[in-house]
Amino acid sequence: MVDRWDERAKGAVHEPSLALHIEDLTVSYDHRPVLWDIDLDIPPGVLAAVVGPNGAGKSTLVKAVLGMVKPAAGHVYVFGRPHLQQLRRIGYVPQRTTVDWDFPTTVLDVVMMGLYGQLGWIRRPGRAERRKAMDALEQVGMAAFCHRQISQLSGGQQQRVFLARALVQDAELYLLDEPMAGVDATTERHIIGLLKELRSRGKTLLVVHHDLQTLPEYFDWLVLLNVRIVAQGPLKQVYTLANLRQTYGSQIGLLHGMPAGTGGPGAESPGSAALETAAPRAGGRR
Amino acid sequence: MLAAFFDNPELMFMTIGALVGVAASVLGAFLVLRGTSLYTDAISHSVLLGIVLVYLATGEVNSPYQLVGAAAAGLLTVYLSELLTSSRLLKRDAAVGLVFPALFALAMLLIGLYARRVHIDADAVLLGELAFAWLDTVPIGEYAVPRSLVTMGIIALADVLFVGLFFKELKLATFDAGLARALGFRPRLLFYGLLFLTSVTAVGAFDAVGAVLFIALVIVPPAAAHLLTDRLWLMVIGGGAIALFASAGGYWAAMRWDVSIGGMMAVVNGLILLAAFFLGPRHGLLARLLRGRRQRAEAHVRMLLVHLYTHEGDEQAERENAALALEHHLRWPAEQARRVVAQAEALGLVTSEPEGQRLHLTGAGREAAREVLEPWRRR
Repeated sequence: MVDRWDERAKGAVHEPSLALHIEDLTVSYDHRPVLWDIDLDIPPGVLAAVVGPNGAGKSTLVKAVLGMVKPAAGHVYVFGRPHLQQLRRIGYVPQRTTVDWDFPTTVLDVVMMGLYGQLGWIRRPGRAERRKAMDALEQVGMAAFCHRQISQLSGGQQQRVFLARALVQDAELYLLDEPMAGVDATTERHIIGLLKELRSRGKTLLVVHHDLQTLPEYFDWLVLLNVRIVAQGPLKQVYTLANLRQTYGSQIGLLHGMPAGTGGPGAESPGSAALETAAPRAGGRR
Repeated sequence: MLAAFFDNPELMFMTIGALVGVAASVLGAFLVLRGTSLYTDAISHSVLLGIVLVYLATGEVNSPYQLVGAAAAGLLTVYLSELLTSSRLLKRDAAVGLVFPALFALAMLLIGLYARRVHIDADAVLLGELAFAWLDTVPIGEYAVPRSLVTMGIIALADVLFVGLFFKELKLATFDAGLARALGFRPRLLFYGLLFLTSVTAVGAFDAVGAVLFIALVIVPPAAAHLLTDRLWLMVIGGGAIALFASAGGYWAAMRWDVSIGGMMAVVNGLILLAAFFLGPRHGLLARLLRGRRQRAEAHVRMLLVHLYTHEGDEQAERENAALALEHHLRWPAEQARRVVAQAEALGLVTSEPEGQRLHLTGAGREAAREVLEPWRRR
């Protein structure tokens, strides 16, 4: 399954200084474009958020980088090489709902699945793999649950297990699809702490996120997406009300309980303050 | 000694039945978990098209090419069904239901037109007849070995090897196909490999147990094993064990009541499934019922703790935190209120003085209530 654009770019090193470099990517389902002509650059070592309204193509972007959906056009480079050659360097945390949690398997087993890529075909996981998986479970605070069947976990615990599975992959670029969706505040803090620690170890992280208020607290790089790229860059520059409004259109006030007029039309950068103070978060009080 | 084995029809029937059962159930585990077990139904019908086409081409009914043709027809069924499903114009079940009757009908048409001399007996197709399997033998060395035993032996070995060798890959591809792809495995290839073997096994099992019973043997043992365990490898091995037991038990029952051997094997499998359904340790109906009752009881105790906690220290405490008040305020019948209070006292979460009247939270009870109300305090 070698694609035309990979044929052309085979072996060619392109933009090696970027963790992720996407050129002219268009993805469509049944001729309806979900991603329109995406140009995206993610430098190494950042903790980047991808935000945008429902149907903006956030998950599709992640899947395109992983080669799980076939683009209609465009190139994706990971650390300078075509993405399909680099899949082993990418760690992936899918949305929790993509798997069957009644599957007869244990927490430890799911985490070890992250190591299957390194093992290759047929070779079985052994003692070393178990130890790595336990280490990862330790990191996400789930070691005590290692022999549980996975349906016995809460949503937040399931998310942590997925995170541990990505950790053992020991990837350089991590793609996380809504890791904080539907988890309690404690788990969310735990997860973001881990993501920041990964960043401090030089990893690059691209996180599909849904909560605009926590953006400045959690991330240092921001991609605003709505079928096309609205804005991208260091969070401090991109996180403006004008940009957000352009991304979400009129939904923004409704979505996040902010008065539609906050900041006034065309305000340059007062967004952050306004956004941060809007509506205290459930877990915020102690 | 070997001669005694091959000449013993009882052992022969049981061994062939066991081979079919084990071969079917190790593949079935993954089909069941993937939610595509009904492909077995489709395949076991459409393999007939492959068998007929190979017969028309070679004039032989029992050649190894038959297996190849049948497997190709089985894969074609799956491929066409997946193609129709991916068009998004039809749901998978409808697509499967469209494809296999068409292929089956085509096979019947071809038989009617060109192969009238070949007798296809509806009973044999649906139920098979294990008793005849003994009569058709091939010479191996000095022994006359039933042909079914040889083919099923090879097929079962291939199935077990495939599942054993690619256990890790099959597990990942079934649980999370997306990750399997991202890690460089080929989930689609594995899936087609699985269904290829299912097709081959269906043909091999055809003589012995027929199409419908084959479906039962693919689905029922792993489904029963799934109710009994939370580990995939146990589910695969347990499914095989259940199939083994069912073939022995089924044979015995068939002799006892003088009925179809294959049919009785399926019945025993069904009984095991039924038992697992009701009595399974975690997923069984009974266990679920008991767990539900326990959880309700725990929830009631927690409700009581929270009620006491919210009113603790305010001026209404006198009124609210009396055992009697529970009936009015929480609308608990007297009997239930008494039971919940007794339970909370037994757990050391609540004390009452005088006996059964004014209720107080203990330290542990207060802690438990706060844990409910302020979940973020939990680590």
